[in-house]
Amino acid sequence: MFQPDDPLAPPQPVFDEPWQAQALALADNLVQAGHFTATAWAEALGQELRSAESEGAPDDLDTYYAAVLSALETLTESAGISEETRVQRRTDWEAAYFRTPHGKPVVL
Amino acid sequence: MPTFDSENAAKLHRELHTHLPSDPVLRVKTLESLAVERGLVAPESLDAWIEAYSEHIGPKRGAHVVARSWLDPGFRTRLLDDAAEAIKEFDYQGDASAHLKAVENTDTQHNMVVCTLCSCYPFSILGMSPAWYKSTEYRARAVREPRKVLTEFGVALPEDVSVRVWDSTAELRYLVVPQRPSGTDGWSEERLAALVTRNSMIGTERDLKAEAG
Repeated sequence: MFQPDDPLAPPQPVFDEPWQAQALALADNLVQAGHFTATAWAEALGQELRSAESEGAPDDLDTYYAAVLSALETLTESAGISEETRVQRRTDWEAAYFRTPHGKPVVL
Repeated sequence: MPTFDSENAAKLHRELHTHLPSDPVLRVKTLESLAVERGLVAPESLDAWIEAYSEHIGPKRGAHVVARSWLDPGFRTRLLDDAAEAIKEFDYQGDASAHLKAVENTDTQHNMVVCTLCSCYPFSILGMSPAWYKSTEYRARAVREPRKVLTEFGVALPEDVSVRVWDSTAELRYLVVPQRPSGTDGWSEERLAALVTRNSMIGTERDLKAEAG
């Protein structure tokens, strides 16, 4: 992953996938709204990155954004979103995707 | 011997339904819908953030700050003294909680920025950080062997120039102010700003060239 950019390469999109932007937007908005501090965010993300490294995860953006998601899940628990709630909500989303015909908007 | 594993069966079931989004997409949707529902964040503010950071906020902001510091000695003093306060005149604040420190390159000192903990970065004036800034390798090696890392970025630092590496935190982020290139006398702020690259403001580039503008 450590590759200095090629100055002659065409401009790259800021985010490879929309969910990466959504995850960082959520983290920054939760900080701005005071649900956790910027320091707590940096520490949680740092801890996830260290765990990933010690588990031998590749040094790439997939690993980075997976750490972002895990840090968000940890910190939103202290803002009242328990793991149980998350598991239930995820099941609800999956059910919504299964029952929604292709091409229609998926709603809970 | 194959055994029934409910988790595996569920995984297989998900994979069969190819229209089910990927695991990270579902994790984000889960968190976002709960956070919005509970009033922790406003959906319009998430949308505004994504649009701003995908389309509008990038290193051009920092480049204007640097260009102004080259042109206006009073601004330069204010910037080096308290960057967070000084850049208010650009109306760029997007990350009010973080303090910003500007560190100026000189003939004898080069500055370089890293976040050894995670990926703290002055994104309200430089936009999202490049992939390499987030890598474990850069985060570890920038402090351990900065000169070698600089060489890999194409910066051949003379022996008599020292390197100072600044380790960012959530509460204190850094902007490197590169040196003004020669041959730019009389240039406007706009024209000067066009010379200032993102990497020069992180410190992985040093000598800016007048011909780039």
